[in-house]
Amino acid sequence: MSIVGAIGAWFTDPASWTGPSGIPTRLLQHVGISAVSLLIAIAIAMPAGLWIGHTRRGVRLAIALANLGRAVPSLAAIGIVVPLTAMLDPELGFKVYPTVIAMVLLAIPPILVNSYVGVAGVDADLVESARGMGLREGQILATVEVPLALPAIVAGLRSATVQVIATATLGAIYGLGALGSFIVEGAAQFRGEGKLFGGVVLVALLALVAEGSMALAQRRLTSPGLRLGSR
Amino acid sequence: MIDWAWLGDHLGAIAERAGQHLWLTAIALAVGFALSFLLALWSLRRPRVYFVVSGLAGILYTIPSYAMFAAFVAITGLSIFTAEIPLVLYTFVIFIRNIVVGLEAVPADVIEAADAMGLTARQRLVRVEIPLAVPLVIAGLRLAGVSTIGLVTITSILGDSFGGLGFFIRERPFFATEVLVGAVGSIALALTADAAFAALQRRLTPWTATRTPIWVDPREALPLGGPG
Repeated sequence: MSIVGAIGAWFTDPASWTGPSGIPTRLLQHVGISAVSLLIAIAIAMPAGLWIGHTRRGVRLAIALANLGRAVPSLAAIGIVVPLTAMLDPELGFKVYPTVIAMVLLAIPPILVNSYVGVAGVDADLVESARGMGLREGQILATVEVPLALPAIVAGLRSATVQVIATATLGAIYGLGALGSFIVEGAAQFRGEGKLFGGVVLVALLALVAEGSMALAQRRLTSPGLRLGSR
Repeated sequence: MIDWAWLGDHLGAIAERAGQHLWLTAIALAVGFALSFLLALWSLRRPRVYFVVSGLAGILYTIPSYAMFAAFVAITGLSIFTAEIPLVLYTFVIFIRNIVVGLEAVPADVIEAADAMGLTARQRLVRVEIPLAVPLVIAGLRLAGVSTIGLVTITSILGDSFGGLGFFIRERPFFATEVLVGAVGSIALALTADAAFAALQRRLTPWTATRTPIWVDPREALPLGGPG
C-alpha cells in the first residue's frame, strides 16, 4: 500500500499545488489547450460534415478521411510534425505546435463523420416535407436536420474530446507541459511514484469527467421520442 | 528531405520493428478477444451484467494511454505485461459490444426455428447465433486492430525493447526520415490490417455484400478516436 501512501503524500504536499508546475496551472493548461484544439477542429469539421450530410456530396472523401484518421496513431501525428515545426521555431516548434496540430487533426475525423452520419440519417420524407413547406436549404439544415442529428453530432464531439485529452497527455513526452508532465517527471525522478500516480489519477479523472459530461449532454439533447427505451 | 542512405542501411531494422509491432498487436487481439468473448457470453441477455461490464470497459477506454502504460510500469515493471495489459484492456470495449450486439441481433424467429429443430442451447449458439454474428464481430476486429496498432507505438515509452515502429518516431525526433518511417509505417500497418480483416469478412460471410461504413453501429456511433 506504499503507492497509495505516496499518492496521498503528493496530493497533500502544498508544493504540488503551487507555482508554474503546480496542479492548478497544469490542469488549466490541459483544459485550455484541449478546448482550443477542439474549437479549431469543430470550426473546420462541423460545417464540412453538415454540408456533406445535407448535399450527399463528398461522401467518399469523408469516409476515406475517417478511415485514414482512425489509422493515424496520435504519437505518429505528433512525431511527424516535429521536424517541420522545429525548423521554424526550435522551442515552441518542438514543445507546443506539434501536439496542438496533432490534436486538431485527430479531432477532425470523428466530428466530421458523426455530423455527416447524423444528418444523412435524417428521414428523407421529413426533409422533403420541409422543402414542400417552403423552407430554404439552410433552414432545413438548421431547423430539421441538425436537431435530429444532434445526438450523433455530440457523440462525435465526445470521441474527439477523449482523443484530444489523451493526445495532450502524450504531448508531455515532447515537453508540452499540462498534466502529462507529472507522469514524465515522476517516472524520471527517484521515488517519484507519488507524483507519477498523482498525474495518472488527474489525467484519468479529467478524461472521465469530460466524457461523462459529454455523455450527459448527449442524453439531454436527444429528443425524448428518439431515446432508446422508447423504441 | 529524405535520407535514402539511412533508409537503405536500416531495412533490416525496419522489418524487425514491423514484425515486433504485429506481434505485440496479435497477442493483444488474441487475448483481448478470448477474454471479451467470455465476458460477452456472460453478459448476453443479462442487461444488468452487460451494463456493468460494458460500463467498466468504457471507463477503461477513456483513460489516456500514456497514463495507463505509465501506471503499469510501476506495477509490472518494464516487462511485456506492461505493454500487453493496457492493450488488452483497451480492446474490451470494442470486442464486448460488437459480440453482444452481434449475437443479440439474431432475429427471434431464427432462434425459434433452431429451437423447434431440437437444437440444444449450445448447438444453437455454435451453429446459428455465432455464424450470424460474424459480420459485427469482424467489424469489431477491424476497429480493435487499427486502434491497437496505434497504441503499440506508445509502448515505445517502455524502452527500446518495445514500441514496434513507434521506436523510430521517438528515437531521434528531429530526424525526419526516421520519424516518417515510424509514422508512415504504423499508418500503413493499420490500413493493411483493416483491409485484411475486411477481406476476411467477405470470405467468411459473402452474403453481407454491404457497403455500410463500419462505424455505423446499430445502437450508437462507435468510438472513433479513443485513448490515443
